[in-house]
Amino acid sequence: MELLNDVFTAKAIFIGIVFAITLGVAAYSTYFERKIAAFMQDRIGPDRAGPFGILQPLADAVKMFMKEDFIPANSNKWLFIAGPCLSMLTALMTSAVVPFGDTVTISGVTFDLQGIDVNIGILWVFGIVSLGVYGILVGGWASNNKYSLLGAIRAASQNISYELAMGMSIIAILMLSGSLSTKAIVETQQAGHWNILQQPLGFVIFLICAFAECNRTPFDLPECETELIGGYHTEYSSMKLGFYLFAEYINMFISGAVMATLFFGGYDYPGYAYIAAQLGSNAATFIGMGALIGKALLFVFVFMWVRWTLPRFRYDQLMGLGWTGLIPLSMFNVVVTGFGILIDQPILAGVGGIVILLVGLIVNDALSRKKKIA
Amino acid sequence: MEITNIWYFLSALTLLSALMVVFAKNPIHSVLYLVFTFFCISGHYVLLNAQFLMAVNIIVYAGAIMVLFLFVIMMLDLRKNMPESKSSLVKLAGSVVAGTLLVILIAAFHKNSLPAPTAENTANFTSQTGMVENLGKVLYSEYLLPFELVSILFFVAMVGAVLLGKREVGERNF
Repeated sequence: MELLNDVFTAKAIFIGIVFAITLGVAAYSTYFERKIAAFMQDRIGPDRAGPFGILQPLADAVKMFMKEDFIPANSNKWLFIAGPCLSMLTALMTSAVVPFGDTVTISGVTFDLQGIDVNIGILWVFGIVSLGVYGILVGGWASNNKYSLLGAIRAASQNISYELAMGMSIIAILMLSGSLSTKAIVETQQAGHWNILQQPLGFVIFLICAFAECNRTPFDLPECETELIGGYHTEYSSMKLGFYLFAEYINMFISGAVMATLFFGGYDYPGYAYIAAQLGSNAATFIGMGALIGKALLFVFVFMWVRWTLPRFRYDQLMGLGWTGLIPLSMFNVVVTGFGILIDQPILAGVGGIVILLVGLIVNDALSRKKKIA
Repeated sequence: MEITNIWYFLSALTLLSALMVVFAKNPIHSVLYLVFTFFCISGHYVLLNAQFLMAVNIIVYAGAIMVLFLFVIMMLDLRKNMPESKSSLVKLAGSVVAGTLLVILIAAFHKNSLPAPTAENTANFTSQTGMVENLGKVLYSEYLLPFELVSILFFVAMVGAVLLGKREVGERNF
């Protein structure tokens, strides 16, 4: 009983730390997003609050809280409030199964640096991601505004379309690791055997789907301001709007952590065994946690980089890419992975799959061009 | 907290939200209560130690099918498409049919009530039956043919969806 209490306390503290890290990263993502945008557009960006504008997120938060909290007439009041709450809830729940590190032993008690180690870990992530759309859908409908409703409907159809390709790209990972548990998936990738080497195509599919699921540019059609004013959050103000925006940044960070877990070895880093031998396993584990967070932050940067580089898709292009582009591609990836496991050369099969795909596309292009001329 | 207390609480919650699906005036509220009902049923799966079913139930029903329901209902103009209230004869007939079904169900369950767990009939019981590894083994050995047939069916449906979505050369974008 005593041991159970210790483990329970440790888990509670750990979950609190993950919560704090996630919120802190999300808050500072807003600052870095503006700084990166400014850099790419040759501007200075926020520089008034504190040195280099480092206190800008605090100023933003104060502004959000002080603004008038407006609920439009004829809106559905409870659902209007529930929308941002649901968005925030689903954004924060995913991190429960991400393994942030290996085991830590403090005063004789050993525990994992992971919220819960269930043997359906990746399905949990998938389930929570598929629920993420409810916040947008409910908020958009409750606003009683045509533009909000259109944004919500776009979000729903987009999320459902890209979930299919995302699930298929995860299946290839499951074939390689033979387990649904995120911890087991990371353990098969230790000592540099990262899944990205065997699954380059799967990673590209997963990355594109992650962009679509987070509603980030070039897939931010639900809040497309040229067509829909503000999309699903047109009617929102004050901290309710803040929650929607905040949930997006949390989703970015968590999806970065999930991508690092699935494709980039999780908490693995070069020289893990050497540091474990020199400084003890606890130090190596904490550096591993830092490595995972670093990888996740790198993905957050990629999200921002793409946002300020690529223009937005048209809606039919978005649906076309999801249904006729990514789903057949992820089926192809599953077949290639199966072939690689069969001949026991997964890396060769992964690279060979991309080569075959490119050759196929070029041949197809050449053939269809001839048809167009004739 | 006793596990039976959790079961009673969860069952009460399930029944309450299932009733609210029927009684809610607004169809959107109905759908949201239905989503909540699915969550409660997933909670029951967790109590039965069937984590895989829990996750799949949430992904498929709460995450995909209910989103489509909500999607369609949101497209309707609810004020225009409200069904007019039924006559009292229809209401009476409905209650009689539903009441008869309830009585039949209760009678059926009462007659075939499962024996209480004893030492003899729990000897072959393993708590790991619902885990994904065991479920996979059963599906890929005992039920291999039906499973593969279902997967072919889904594959055909998926290819059909992609084919319908594909735009021919020269066709308009909208």
